[in-house]
Amino acid sequence: MIRTPLRPLARILSAREQGENPDRIERDNIRARHDDMQGKARQRAEGRLLVLSVLFLAAFSAVGLRMGSISVSAPQEPRSGGGGDNILAQRADITDRNGHILATNIATYALYAHPQQMIDPVGAAARLVEIFPELDHEQILRQFTGERKFVWVRQKLSPEQRQAVHDIGEPGLLFGPREMRLYPNGALAAHVMGGASFGREGVNSAEVIGVAGVEQVFDETLRDPANNGEPLVLSLDMTVQAVAEEVLDGGMQLMSAKGAASVLMDIHTGEVISVVSLPDFDPNERPRPLTEGDQSDSPLFNRAVQGVYELGSTYKLFALAQAMDEGLINANTMIDTQGPMQWGRFKIRDFHDYGPQLTATDVLVKSSNIGTARVALMFGGERQRAFLASMGLTEPSPLEIVEASGSQPLLPPNWSELSTMTISYGHGISASPMHLAAAYAAMVNGGTRVTPTLLRQDSAQTGPRVISEQTSRIAVDMLRQVVTRGTASFGDVEGYEVGGKTGSADKPRPNGGYYDDKVISTFASVFPASDPQYVLIVTLDEPSIEGLGEMRRTAGWTAVPVAAEMTRRIAPLLGLRPQIETPALTAVTLSSN
Amino acid sequence: MTEMVYGSVPVTRGEPVLPRWWRTIDKWTLASVLILFGIGIFLGLAASPPLAAKNGFAAFHYVERQAIFGGMALTVMLLTSMMSPSLVRRLGVLGFICAFIALALLPVLGTDFGKGATRWYSLGFASVQPSEFLKPGFVIIAAWLMAASQEINGPPGKTMSFFLTVVICMFLAMQPDFGQACLVLFGWGVMYFVAGAPFMLLAVMAGFVIVAGVVAYNSSEHFARRIDGFMSADVDPTTQMGYATDAIREGGLFGVGLGEGQVKWWLPDAHTDFIIAVAAEEYGLVLVVIIIALFALITLRSLVRLVRERDLFIRLAGTGLACMFGVQAFVNMGVAARILPAKGMTLPFVSYGGSSLIAGGIALGMLLAFTRERPQGALGDHFRRAGHFSTHPVHNRG
Repeated sequence: MIRTPLRPLARILSAREQGENPDRIERDNIRARHDDMQGKARQRAEGRLLVLSVLFLAAFSAVGLRMGSISVSAPQEPRSGGGGDNILAQRADITDRNGHILATNIATYALYAHPQQMIDPVGAAARLVEIFPELDHEQILRQFTGERKFVWVRQKLSPEQRQAVHDIGEPGLLFGPREMRLYPNGALAAHVMGGASFGREGVNSAEVIGVAGVEQVFDETLRDPANNGEPLVLSLDMTVQAVAEEVLDGGMQLMSAKGAASVLMDIHTGEVISVVSLPDFDPNERPRPLTEGDQSDSPLFNRAVQGVYELGSTYKLFALAQAMDEGLINANTMIDTQGPMQWGRFKIRDFHDYGPQLTATDVLVKSSNIGTARVALMFGGERQRAFLASMGLTEPSPLEIVEASGSQPLLPPNWSELSTMTISYGHGISASPMHLAAAYAAMVNGGTRVTPTLLRQDSAQTGPRVISEQTSRIAVDMLRQVVTRGTASFGDVEGYEVGGKTGSADKPRPNGGYYDDKVISTFASVFPASDPQYVLIVTLDEPSIEGLGEMRRTAGWTAVPVAAEMTRRIAPLLGLRPQIETPALTAVTLSSN
Repeated sequence: MTEMVYGSVPVTRGEPVLPRWWRTIDKWTLASVLILFGIGIFLGLAASPPLAAKNGFAAFHYVERQAIFGGMALTVMLLTSMMSPSLVRRLGVLGFICAFIALALLPVLGTDFGKGATRWYSLGFASVQPSEFLKPGFVIIAAWLMAASQEINGPPGKTMSFFLTVVICMFLAMQPDFGQACLVLFGWGVMYFVAGAPFMLLAVMAGFVIVAGVVAYNSSEHFARRIDGFMSADVDPTTQMGYATDAIREGGLFGVGLGEGQVKWWLPDAHTDFIIAVAAEEYGLVLVVIIIALFALITLRSLVRLVRERDLFIRLAGTGLACMFGVQAFVNMGVAARILPAKGMTLPFVSYGGSSLIAGGIALGMLLAFTRERPQGALGDHFRRAGHFSTHPVHNRG
């Protein structure tokens, strides 16, 4: 910008010549500059004032339009009184293999309060406590009369309770629709179901989330709207499960056991047809976990899956099968059973003295610890470990309930020769009954590995081979002989050709050593021996029964009769026809017409 | 230049006061203010009985008080509007000094009426809120300082006015009354904008406001909750906003009818901050549009009239007064319409409140005084453009 000089010399000089005051020229110029500046400022202000005007016009128009759009919009029901139809049937049902419902939903209501809208909070609190005696009167009264605007009163209401609350006539008491998980069969298969509870809760709906069992493992699937409410079909058979629970419960009481577990598995598909753990609970009213003491004493504890026990002589089958499969022995090889067997400071004894030698079959039939230990020494610890691992006995069970991840088998920290010997007859290694079921299934199904599953399968599993078909056939035959002439003689069920192996293991003390009078007694059975279909494991915790004048704790006296009774009742339900010796048909001529 | 003619009758500039006032006043604005005041009384009949009942007064106790204060406010407004701009300026500065002292003494002598903010002096029969009276005075003094700064060798008025603003805002924030503080800051900003703020500075300030907003959102739970409530599509029906929205919706185009509205029973601020919701419910969109139109008319007419104004002080002061008036109305109604997050601010002339009424009367009186028609010396431009200034100094100073 070229600034006009305030005292241009030419004009000053000419003014001086004319006798005028040159300061006046300066003042004029200052004024002119001032006016010029003000003029520019005014022009700028004009524009900015117009901008402001436009902004205000826009702002007021926006308010007007917004008011208009609100006032012509349809009134909405306040959310707190809304219906909420869309929340029903969000969680899919769970059914057994035949489509019988194990878990479903029912519509119910939650009760909440808006204390600020209450007419008579004191009276309402008193009436509520009459309807729901478990409520704390003091607390409810404090919540209703205080500053709070929102109070949850109850998560679930029965229709009768809801009507009773309606009858109070208090406008500040409100109902929110709820979908509630229901297990119509009560405690049936409680440990598989697990249970569900409310997750995030809103006024109009609440999430139902699985907290244990299959409900937790399949939580996302069950809640996935893309599945269209397609039910989750389990491998369980509701009837078989009910019978198994009934028989096991009876057996447990008869044997004065403190707990019991059973697993029934299809050896070809790996489907778990029934799995029982006693004592159990009602998943509709899932008890709280124990805050002190041993969690394995809680009814929530799943003995069939979470309980890892030393399963005793049932393991002998694995040692003999491995030795036969590797060609080290055959069923008639004579095994040295002279006892006691000394190994360092450790002595291995048998329950009875079986003489100097037994055939391999009789080692199993008579359950000789010494014989099995000698067989195990033939192949050694490394191969033994690999063999047990090939049946899944060294890792947690892959069963689809959340508790299965806690079923890590206990293995010896150092797999010494002594370990090899004790493991061969089921001591010094722990696994769950579910592990044992899968391993026995692999032994008797022709020799392929079985992965246990709780979902219904359409075809047999084709797992990796564990033993040859021939060995498998011999193993079944040996198991059958255990029942016909061995330790499990109470286990025979007429017509169903039960084969099996007993196991009685002393319970370990919490601080080392073993109890003398507490055992885990197990019977691992397979039936029918001529065409094996199912494996049944029955385990009793601390059983005892008086037989022939003395206290009996071994499996042959405890677990075996329970398993036999169970087989007797279950096998027909499974559609197995009893093999009854019938007269030869040659003498009879059927006249077909 | 006619008066320079020898022998002519000396013309006094003293035209009688009232005729000159009537001739030069902006009658549209004046009429709008009167109508707004009437609507305020009218709505008070509907909105205030619940409050009166709650506080144990006769049903129309607050309407009577509104009428008394309104009468005072209108009187003050008319008297102020008759003053000359220079008299307004003198009195405005004096008023500002008084109000500022009163504001500064609030923490010592004020009462909070149990509302958690010390904003009032209790006079027994009535209470006075100095911050309301401070606003018009502040506009005057800030405009004066800014105008002075644009004189050659003038004082650094913009900086001085800014520091004054900061001091006032701190006093207001101490009460706390962030709404008024924002209003004062806004008024100063608008005047500074019209006085020629550089765009760079405006951009920096806008950025600063955004940063401050983000910081406040992240650090203050109270603030964050308000913003979240505003942002969420659903409005919780048990909040003030929920009731206001419901009321507007219930009212529809023509309202539910006189005295039939419900919102006044639920909203504690139905007679002040949410008076527009009462209007919308009982008289419908029609009355709301009328009210909005009246506020827009007052604000826009004043601004447009100020465009022609040549006196820098009058231009700035008028802008500040008009914009503060307009923005207060906009914020109040915008909150009810959920355009803006919840912020308590009264609707000028319509909401109940003695201080706000009388102070509003003063402010609008000043605005009316500033927007009166007066010679703007436009003739001088022609002389200057013709280049006569060098030899023929022009004395007309507008």
